[in-house]
Amino acid sequence: MATAVAEVKAEKASLGSTLWSWLTTTDHKRIGILYGVTAFVFFLIGGLEALIIRAQLAHSGNDLVSAETFNQLFTMHGTTMIFLAVMPLSAAFFNYIVPLQIGARDVAFPRLNAFSYWVFLFGGLLLNASFLFGAAPDGGWFGYPNLTSKQYSPGLNIDFWVIGLQVLGIASLAAGFNFVVTIINLRAPGMRMMRLPVFTWMTLVTQFLVITAFPVITVALVFLMFDRFFGTTFYSTAAGGDLLLWQHLFWLFGHPEVYILILPAMGIVSEVLPTFSRKPLFGYAVVVYSGLLIGVMGWGVWAHHMFAVGMGPIADSVFSATTMLIAIPTGVKIFNWLATMWGGQVQFRTPMLFALGFIAMFIIGGLSGVMHSSAAADLQQTDTYFVVAHIHYVLFGGAIQGIFAGIYYWWPKITGRLMNEKLGKWHFWLSFIGMNLAFFPMHFIGLLGMPRRIYTYSPELGLDTLNLVSTVGAFLIGISVLIFIYNVWWTRRHGEVAGNDPWRAATLEWTIPSPPPPYNFSVIPEVVSRLPRWSVTQMKAIPEVPPEPIHLPGGSYWPVVTAFGILVMAAGALLHSLWVVLLGGAVLVVGIYAWAFEPFEV
Amino acid sequence: MTHYTATGLDSRKLAFWAFIGSECLLFGSLISTYLVYKGRSVRGPTPQEILNIPLTSVSTFVLLTSSLAMVLALAAVARGDKLWSRVWLFSTAFLGSIFLGFQAYEFTEFVHNGLTITTNLFGSTFYTLTGTHGAHVAVGVIWLLTLLVRSFQGKLGPDKALNVEIAGLYWHFVDVVWIVIFTVVYLIQ
Amino acid sequence: MSDTARHEHQGHASTGTYLAVAAVLTIITLVEVGVFYVPAFQPVLVPILLVLSAAKFALVVMFYMHLKFDHRLFTLIFSLPLLLALGVAIALLFLFGAFVLG
Ligand SMILES: [Cu+2]
Repeated sequence: MATAVAEVKAEKASLGSTLWSWLTTTDHKRIGILYGVTAFVFFLIGGLEALIIRAQLAHSGNDLVSAETFNQLFTMHGTTMIFLAVMPLSAAFFNYIVPLQIGARDVAFPRLNAFSYWVFLFGGLLLNASFLFGAAPDGGWFGYPNLTSKQYSPGLNIDFWVIGLQVLGIASLAAGFNFVVTIINLRAPGMRMMRLPVFTWMTLVTQFLVITAFPVITVALVFLMFDRFFGTTFYSTAAGGDLLLWQHLFWLFGHPEVYILILPAMGIVSEVLPTFSRKPLFGYAVVVYSGLLIGVMGWGVWAHHMFAVGMGPIADSVFSATTMLIAIPTGVKIFNWLATMWGGQVQFRTPMLFALGFIAMFIIGGLSGVMHSSAAADLQQTDTYFVVAHIHYVLFGGAIQGIFAGIYYWWPKITGRLMNEKLGKWHFWLSFIGMNLAFFPMHFIGLLGMPRRIYTYSPELGLDTLNLVSTVGAFLIGISVLIFIYNVWWTRRHGEVAGNDPWRAATLEWTIPSPPPPYNFSVIPEVVSRLPRWSVTQMKAIPEVPPEPIHLPGGSYWPVVTAFGILVMAAGALLHSLWVVLLGGAVLVVGIYAWAFEPFEV
Repeated sequence: MTHYTATGLDSRKLAFWAFIGSECLLFGSLISTYLVYKGRSVRGPTPQEILNIPLTSVSTFVLLTSSLAMVLALAAVARGDKLWSRVWLFSTAFLGSIFLGFQAYEFTEFVHNGLTITTNLFGSTFYTLTGTHGAHVAVGVIWLLTLLVRSFQGKLGPDKALNVEIAGLYWHFVDVVWIVIFTVVYLIQ
Repeated sequence: MSDTARHEHQGHASTGTYLAVAAVLTIITLVEVGVFYVPAFQPVLVPILLVLSAAKFALVVMFYMHLKFDHRLFTLIFSLPLLLALGVAIALLFLFGAFVLG
């Protein structure tokens, strides 16, 4: 058996991109691509859900979908975009780019990395399988009980949500430990912490938030699961329980989660802006420390999501104050970005456009966020479309635009070809105009009194026109994404060959060929400055061909087997079948032991 | 086996400390919930009526002692002392099992006295918290027994001391969680 | 590997220290259970128990888990989440009115 395994591994390299090699891959670059492609598919699904929502709301009294379906659509749209699109799209960059930026050949635990991906994939499939049963989650992306209690939601809908999120949590946590260690421990000689590229720094802060925040939602979900499956009383007011317990635990996770979503995009923008301004980032240390500060302060603001529940004047004041304070390090970053461009030779290439779009839209989203921080004003805005406007300025205008900046920026590194500039600009401008048409009117829709999460509204509300504008904007975004897909297809054949460094950028990933060879660096680089490719003290050139043989870890199928065990356990829990859970547990245990004793040299 | 790392620290050990940090928030949330819901149950049995302090004091002592056995096991493995590594590894796992036995007995008693996980908030929070801790102990026992088997296979020499050290970190962490639980659940009623 | 292992283990405490720590842990546990049963301590029971438990916690973490002798990075990566957990617990108790009831 052992020899058979060894043979398969030896053969694998020559088989290239067959299904088997992708199933067993432990190469961070391939896992990054898997993350990116999978997450993009989920992004399209979530986008489709959004378009149906907007079509339903295009005019008053519409009956395109039922109230029941509408609930499922907005719940799955939110859950998908946050957990299956933005987080894993960021993860695609963590995987592909971070090891290249720190001068490493892979992450610290390549098999754990593969495991994270497979668990994420299975969790995403599980969540979306709910549609096949006509029982997609319908309790909103924050799943407040008692909306999600068994009594009021007896179907499978919430079960899918509770179990799907727990599975996804495992994937995030595993990746979190992996990247914290990778960034701290796998830096090339000379790559001191204060020489790390800002994207890598923001990844570190993000992963710290992941490993601290996800346990909290896991506990909240376990309580909800026990309430639903075993009849415990955590969220039962009749038994003396408090529904606010869920809200506190959820937002204790939920606010750090906001930074988990936005910090990677901030990191990307901090790479793109200097490159296309031909100037180092203004105040590198300040940007890094603001990121750290945001990471820590992000833990002290969660109850600003709960001003409407009546926490009392002391709690309201404290959380108002902390929320206003956290705007400071965020604002500092914005000034640093602006100052980076000041006096630079700004080149408006597509990545730069998205980065600029990020800054502009994030300022609007940030300002409406500061408006929420006033408890009194927030009471007016809670549960209205104003909040929907805010979250989309931050997460679409912010996170998604940041991610697209990253896609256009690193596409040549990953594929070896530059994307089409003209199509890229069409993509940017259509999506920029589309998002402002879609989301800006929502500020007014909300302040004029339209609550969120209702499937239709009456003509007397007088919001038909604004809602129609918003719907048109949403479809413009849809078209812009189609242009992006066409651009990808076009670039495959006709894209300009990139070479090592098409942007003449500063960081380490541009010193090696595009796409990078499996071993990344033919020799481990000696880093002498923060901007290795820009500084006067040039680092030693990296040879084209490795001067000596490089050991590369082979693939392993145990990560996918172990992840599959978790999927079976989750399915068993959904079916309320102890036997299936035990079967999945057995696969899990076999997977872990085989993994632990498999000869695998990193 | 050895690799260059930027800090000179072993990656697995670093990852494991990060994992322990993460576990702090897992148990922190569970303990917070227990405390927040204390005294809110609308019916009995209450903690005062049911918790058995003498019994739990003994099981606490057992778990503390297992931690001592664990550090001695690590020291024995590190100096290549096969016999004593086995003795101490076995002792640690054995004492852990005794602790689990106490917990099983305690849970059975409670159920007989009318406290199940669905009886009241105390039952829900108590069983979830101590059950999660017990599950951690059980995983630890299996881990230690695996190391014991490796030792008998002759595959736990001093070069593998780090494997034992990491298992030890896990074991001691589970112990300190119990130190907190013993105080806030059992003694502060 | 053996080189780093030996190097690391120089820092570790000796068997004597381990036994001493075990003795202190046992004594503290006895004191804890003792004060629990003495009515006179009732008014200050909670602070006493919390301090004793924190002492045990610190002893195990510092000596058995070697944080006292190990690299400071380990302390950092452990204590930051620990402090967060502590902060969360205190905040939740406050928010749910545990301190008001006294
Ligand atoms: Cu928030």
